[in-house]
Amino acid sequence: MHELAVTESVLNIAVDHANKAGAKRVTDIYLVIGRLASIVDDSVQFYWDIISQNTICDKAQLHFKRMPANILCLDCGNEFPLEDELCPCPSCAGSRLKVITGDEFSLDSIEIEK
Amino acid sequence: MANTLRVPVVENILNANDQFAALNRSQLDSYAIFGINIMASPGAGKTSLILQTIRVLEKEMKIAVVEGDTAPVTIDADKVLAAGIPAVQINTGGDCHLDAVMLKNGLAQLPLDQVDLVIVENVGNLVCPAAFNLGTHANVLVASIPEGDDKPYKYPAIYRGLEVLIINKTDLMPYIDFNMDYYRRGVEMLNPGLVTFPVSCKTGEGIEAWADWLRKHVKKSNKSE
Repeated sequence: MHELAVTESVLNIAVDHANKAGAKRVTDIYLVIGRLASIVDDSVQFYWDIISQNTICDKAQLHFKRMPANILCLDCGNEFPLEDELCPCPSCAGSRLKVITGDEFSLDSIEIEK
Repeated sequence: MANTLRVPVVENILNANDQFAALNRSQLDSYAIFGINIMASPGAGKTSLILQTIRVLEKEMKIAVVEGDTAPVTIDADKVLAAGIPAVQINTGGDCHLDAVMLKNGLAQLPLDQVDLVIVENVGNLVCPAAFNLGTHANVLVASIPEGDDKPYKYPAIYRGLEVLIINKTDLMPYIDFNMDYYRRGVEMLNPGLVTFPVSCKTGEGIEAWADWLRKHVKKSNKSE
């Protein structure tokens, strides 16, 4: 898995924005992660606790907002949530599908002390 | 207790990688090079496909290869070099994927002014390479019959980002329970209308159709030796 690379990116972005905002310390990091992103929260937290040491983000709390996966059927226009395994459209059994949400993978905001 | 302040960021977590990917793309474009990123699980036949591709196309276009490996082993790069093609080896130092910075460093070691097609062989893995855009023009997955027909269902992310799917080792179909309809239905749900070439790198069957696809996309110049 590539959680280490992802966690390093989160740290770089957070430090960059914290410095720009003139922060003394970052207390919280808010991440928005779609259900389809291949990322394990606990693993990111594990790396985070190590690599954020001695940075402006030391001891900052990570918050994961998980977005559901929603699928659009290109055949009948039906929208449905993807719960488990990939499946055809429950309405028309069509297999031409498009992902509407679930790919989110962003750092939404940070909470800082000035 | 100090007051805290919420600072909006709204930045894609892999934004830095994407920026380097964009640099790679513009570098390839400035040399009129078509770049492909070949991904697969270990043992699916990435290197075999590259060697077959070189065999069929080396007289028509100038090819170079960037080999990604997790360990400093040059087995794949040596095979390509033995075929008389420039190749560079990128050791990811244990990382499970290539990223755009690694490819940038790899491209810097190639004679780009003498190349029409750059083939990047990613690390054998169906999860991580899918998340890292390299800046190449096409993502190509080499799937293979012995891996089983359930892979689109188990590794959806990699299928969604593809421009081309190669189904390798078709010569093993008689010996393996691989339901092609089930497999293709999974692919269709993830990537409707995906360009697909069933091939056997062992027998060479199907390679010509894949080569034709490349012929259509590679801008052949008269780059000098």
